[in-house]
Parts: sequence; C-alpha cells; structure tokens
Amino acid sequence: MSQTAIISGVHNTKVGEVPGSTCMSLHTEAALGALEDAGLKLSDIDGVICAYALSENYPMLSSAFCEYVGAEPNFNAGLHGGGATGAMMVMQAAALVKSGTCRHVLCVTGDNRLTGMTRDKAVAALTEFGHPQFEQPYGISIPAAYALVAQRYLHETGATLEHLAALSVSHRAHAAMHPDAHMTKPITMDDVANARVISSPLRLLDCCLISDGGAALVVSAGDTRADLKKRPVTVLGAGQGHTHEHIVAAPSLIDFGCRTASARAFAAAGVKTDDIDVAEIYDSFTITLLIELESIGFFEKGTAGEAALNGELTHGGRLPCNTHGGLLSFGHSGAAGGMFHVVEAVRQLRGEADTRQVADAELAFVHGDGGILSAHCSLILGRA
Amino acid sequence: MTGKPTPTPNADTSPFWEACNEDRLIVQTCRSCGHVQFYPRALCVKCESRDLNWRDAKPEGTVHSCTVVHRAPTPAFKEDAPYVLALIDLDDGFRMMMNVINCPPESVAIGMPVRIVFEDREGQKLPQAEPSANA
Ligand SMILES: [Zn+2]
Repeated sequence: MSQTAIISGVHNTKVGEVPGSTCMSLHTEAALGALEDAGLKLSDIDGVICAYALSENYPMLSSAFCEYVGAEPNFNAGLHGGGATGAMMVMQAAALVKSGTCRHVLCVTGDNRLTGMTRDKAVAALTEFGHPQFEQPYGISIPAAYALVAQRYLHETGATLEHLAALSVSHRAHAAMHPDAHMTKPITMDDVANARVISSPLRLLDCCLISDGGAALVVSAGDTRADLKKRPVTVLGAGQGHTHEHIVAAPSLIDFGCRTASARAFAAAGVKTDDIDVAEIYDSFTITLLIELESIGFFEKGTAGEAALNGELTHGGRLPCNTHGGLLSFGHSGAAGGMFHVVEAVRQLRGEADTRQVADAELAFVHGDGGILSAHCSLILGRA
Repeated sequence: MTGKPTPTPNADTSPFWEACNEDRLIVQTCRSCGHVQFYPRALCVKCESRDLNWRDAKPEGTVHSCTVVHRAPTPAFKEDAPYVLALIDLDDGFRMMMNVINCPPESVAIGMPVRIVFEDREGQKLPQAEPSANA
C-alpha cells in the first residue's frame, strides 16, 4: 500500500501584540509546540520548510531557521506563495513523505508584523506592492486592489455591503471563543457600516488585522502513526490554481484560481463540497472569502453573502467557516496567517476546539490564497 | 518633485514608454495569432510565439472597476487622497490600471467611458484616464 501523508502535530503562538517576540522566537515557539503536540523531537525531523518574513531580513529564511535551532535536515526549502503558503507547505510536505524523501517534515511560519516592523520597513513593504511599471505609479495598495475586485463583484452580483459586514461580525464572534485570538471584542453590523472607508467599498472592518504570531505543523509519513502522541489527521487531497500575480493581469475579477485549486483537491480526495463539515478559508478581506466560497462551489454565484447574513457560516449553519476567527479577527502575521487556518482545521478534526467545536467534524476544507486572489492552494483533511 | 514612483522602462517595455512620451498609446500584438496583450512581454501568452509587434491603440476605453482610495499606501500619495484607482478596458481589447482624473472621485462608476490623457511625471509621461464627457 502506498504511503499516506498525515498531520501529526500543530501549534500556534499567542497572536496579536506579542511584546518581546522576534521573527525567530515566534518560529521557534511554534515549531517546538508542534513537535510537542506530535510527540516528536527536533532530531526526528528530516525535512524543514519555512516561508518568508518582513520583520527580519533573511534571504534564506529556512536556512536561517535551521541554523538558529541547530537542525541539519535532509531537505530544506523556502516557499513564497503569499497567503497560500501555509496550505502549499502542507501540499509540498505531503509529497515529500509520500515519495519517501522524508519521514517528518516541519513547516514553520511566523512574523512580528505588529511590533517588529520599523517605520522604514513598513513603508518599504508597502512601496514594493504591485507591478513596478504598470501598477505602482498609480498609487495601488493591497486594500485598493481588493476593492477593485469587490466593486466589480458587487456590480455583477447585486451583493451588498451588509453581506460583507455579516462576515466581519461572525468572524469576531468566532475569535472570541479562541484563547489566542488577537481581537475578541464583539462587533455589530453598525460598527462595520460606520467604520472608516479605506478604499471604497472596503471599510476598516472588512480588512484583516496586522498581528505578531507564529504557527507550525508537522507532516509525517502515515506509517509513523504508532510513534505519535495524538490521533493524526490525514491529508486526503490537495490542489493548486494560478492565474496571475498582478490584478491588472487577472483574467476575471469575480472568478479566480480557487476554482481549479479546489476542484483538484476534491478530485484527489474523492469527496464533494456537500461532504465538508467545517471550512477554513482565507479571508484577507471580507470580499476574499465571499468570492472564494462561490468559486469553490460551496454556494452559487452571488448567494454566499445572503447565506452569511442568515447564519449559515457559523456553528449550526450549513458550513461553519473560519471557526478560529480568521485573518479578520484571529490575526494575520504574514505566512502564519494562512497557517492558522490549517491549525484550526486539524483541531476541529481532532475534537480539540473547545467551545468552537463543530459537532462530529470529520472532513475539513482549507484554502489559502496569495497576492490578489493570485496563487491558490486547497486541502482536504480528514480524521484518520 | 512628487516622490511618486515613476516607471523604469526595460527591454520589454521601452517602446511603450517612449510612445507615451510622444502622447501615443501603443500595444503589443502577436504576428502569429493576432493576440493583443498588455503588459508587454517577450512572448505571446496565447500561442508562445516570440514574433511580436507594436501598433497604435485607440486612446479610449471603459471603466471595468474602480475604487476611491482614502488611505494612501505611501506618503507620496497622501496629498492626492481621496483618488480613483481603476482598471480600464481599452476599446482595442486590453486592460490597464490608471487613475481617473480631472473629475470628482465619486462621479466615477463602472461602465463610464474614458479617454486617455498623459501625465508628465518627472520626465516620463504616464497614461491616465479622464471622463470622455470632459472632451
Ligand atoms: Zn500569439
């Protein structure tokens, strides 16, 4: 029988303002936590994948991390897929254990974007966003690029600002049930409506947070499960979809690579959208999630917003989504942002989500997107 | 001195930017399959041919999407806020990002016809859009 890939350990640090943290301390805390959760030691790890960080400049972050913790793995690589990185790491690590290249692959992310960025670094990061010749001269920002998507989506579907707001409100309520979340103070529909406009139609509460935080997980070969502390979670399917990097070159503003990424993951796992018990889907902005829910096929085009208003995306609804609070309220610290979604899916499948637990969650869908809905990676995870 | 970014032309793009400096909008086309592509590249993304050509583009188009940016990304754009960032579908079948200028930001809407004008930015002219109604 061919080798399966399982997620054997997960961990996230406290998220939000984490005083005294550094990029490397967050990486280390997340990594050691995931190892502890798996019942493994650093010396058991033979593969390491890291992402990128803005607060400390390492051209080879994954090598810098291995050096910092004293690891000398057989396989070591950096992965840059923006918000899709967390899911992509799992897909890559699963391929490594399935091929027999590695037994235990440690995937680590972390950044202290809230307290660790000097003003110069923050401005430089913003200045570098967008196509240098055909977007940057026009004053593009990340919210403005997503606002262009939102404006077109609202125009074509008739969805409303209330639909977007319903997502902000449900995410905050979910974060309030998580002990590590960045923002837990409840918000109302009026709070979202009255928040200042960043780039029309997106208001402050339509936008993700900026947080310090880290997250890590271990992907292991299926035949190591007897050595592991907890019941593992199986990576049943994974898929990617890529259409562009810059929004000026996107083939559509209302349909994106999440359609192909998820179709590939569902096909690999042999399951359908209706089979999914809980979904953890990238939510850099409220509009991101709304479009992805529809492109992936959980809802018909133009109907996800109404579903959000009707409570379909929370506990007891048709598709409990972002049960940790997502990037909108749990927190967003660079590549760790997308990793938080994976960590939460694993906890849901293990039945470890306390008051956030979705009853009898057996099958989870995870999706990350990087850039402006540019790079997509979907995962189907199941109780082993 | 605006401090706003100016494009740095390279081998792929210098004919485009040189034409802008003559107040002309040009676009890259494929000699093999006829595909019109923006931005300019070293190959045709439709047929993989490297046999590419330039031709004049009609300096008119339509707003495909637009946003009023209230929070400028960098200090250089602070003075302009609120300003309109838009994706413009040119009549000749390609899409560009521009600002829609010379009109109140809130008057810009999806579907609005625009014409291309050129803004001088530190010696390099930049295509911009203004409402066709301004003409
Ligand atoms: Zn061609």
